[in-house]
Amino acid sequence: MSTTPAAATGGPAVRVRGATRRFAGAPALDDVTFDVAEHSVCGLLGRNGAGKTTLMSLLAGHDRPDAGTVEVLGEQPFENARAAGASLLVRDDQRYPDDFHLAHVLRVGPLFHPAWDAALAAEVVERFRIPSKPQVKKFSRGQRSALGILLGLASRAPLTILDEPVLGLDATARGHFGELLVREVSEHPRTVVLSTHLVDEVERVLDRVLVLDHGRLVLDAGVDEARDRAHVVLGPAEAVESATAGLRALSSRRVGGFLELVLEGPAAPATARAARAAGLQVRPAGLQELVAALGAGDAEPPATPRPAPVPSATPAPGAPR
Amino acid sequence: MLDDGTPLFHQIAQQVADGVVAGTFAEGAQVPSTTELAALHRINPATVGKGLALLVAEDVLHKRRGLGMFVSEGARERLVLRRRADLATTYVRPLVEEARSLGLDLDDVHHLIDQLDSEGAP
Repeated sequence: MSTTPAAATGGPAVRVRGATRRFAGAPALDDVTFDVAEHSVCGLLGRNGAGKTTLMSLLAGHDRPDAGTVEVLGEQPFENARAAGASLLVRDDQRYPDDFHLAHVLRVGPLFHPAWDAALAAEVVERFRIPSKPQVKKFSRGQRSALGILLGLASRAPLTILDEPVLGLDATARGHFGELLVREVSEHPRTVVLSTHLVDEVERVLDRVLVLDHGRLVLDAGVDEARDRAHVVLGPAEAVESATAGLRALSSRRVGGFLELVLEGPAAPATARAARAAGLQVRPAGLQELVAALGAGDAEPPATPRPAPVPSATPAPGAPR
Repeated sequence: MLDDGTPLFHQIAQQVADGVVAGTFAEGAQVPSTTELAALHRINPATVGKGLALLVAEDVLHKRRGLGMFVSEGARERLVLRRRADLATTYVRPLVEEARSLGLDLDDVHHLIDQLDSEGAP
């Protein structure tokens, strides 16, 4: 089996065209088309069940699409040894053999990844305080994430795919992850695709975002462009409604007499000035707000005002909860 | 230190420009590399590169092939002149707007400035 990573192609590192994957007839991924430029750090965002893990499995060649094509560094990854050597997927529920300890992972890593960096692996062990004594299967959630980061970064795979890499990490460890990831891609350029729910924390290390919802790609943008995709207007409900009449709201949220709207596109300067003059807050939507608004979809409750539930010590028997 | 009001690459450019104005980065001196700035702020290196490219376009920085980025001759003066020109919109207008919204007039604002001055504020 060849362990030589596929050569740089000059084209995109990842090329997906019309990819669809169904499980028991239901599409987990529905006609998805995008490129990931070589040496970019791409965030894969969306709610649980949006199709993120399915897409990452396709990129890693662990699975193949029912329709459409997936190319990684110019090759179809499924059952392709050369492409398999070029990419690495660390799953959020990554499994290790039952008797594995940290030392086993450190010993096995270089066998599968020719560019393995032992010094970096040692640095990750120290920074994340990965313990050497317990079996890996007994690791806490955060320790498993740290081990995933070790595999993901030390392997120096041309395409590194990380599923929820910061899950369960404390704030200090998340800081280490951000710093190491940025340093690594800067000094040893490679393409990284990572999924996360901690959008606000991870946003800064990304240069591109893909947002999935119900298996469909609903946003494919540079992080700076994503800022122009939506803006937020917040204030007393009536004032917000009159200031934004005729604009398309992606999502809305009412708390008491206040209304917060996430509106499509950047705020028009005149509208923003008028709204601010009326005492409303106007600002670009954060990435997390945009993801939430795009993922609001039809599964969310309608944005009509509802009376706040009155807490009751003695619910009526049989009352719906 | 970096907030979410303006795009990150603008903030990076602003911060390096601040260093030039403050003299932290003297004319002719090298500024931190993209890798250093990226690791320091935990920001994508492409984003940092975009910020530095803004400063190259404004002739605050210039590239020396294989060496890195350096502060251009006259960069500090150009930045200072531009910031003086921007002072009214960046600082004075919001000050006056806030003062008016609190029911103060321009005399009150002048008075506040005189007061600061007499207290020996920097």
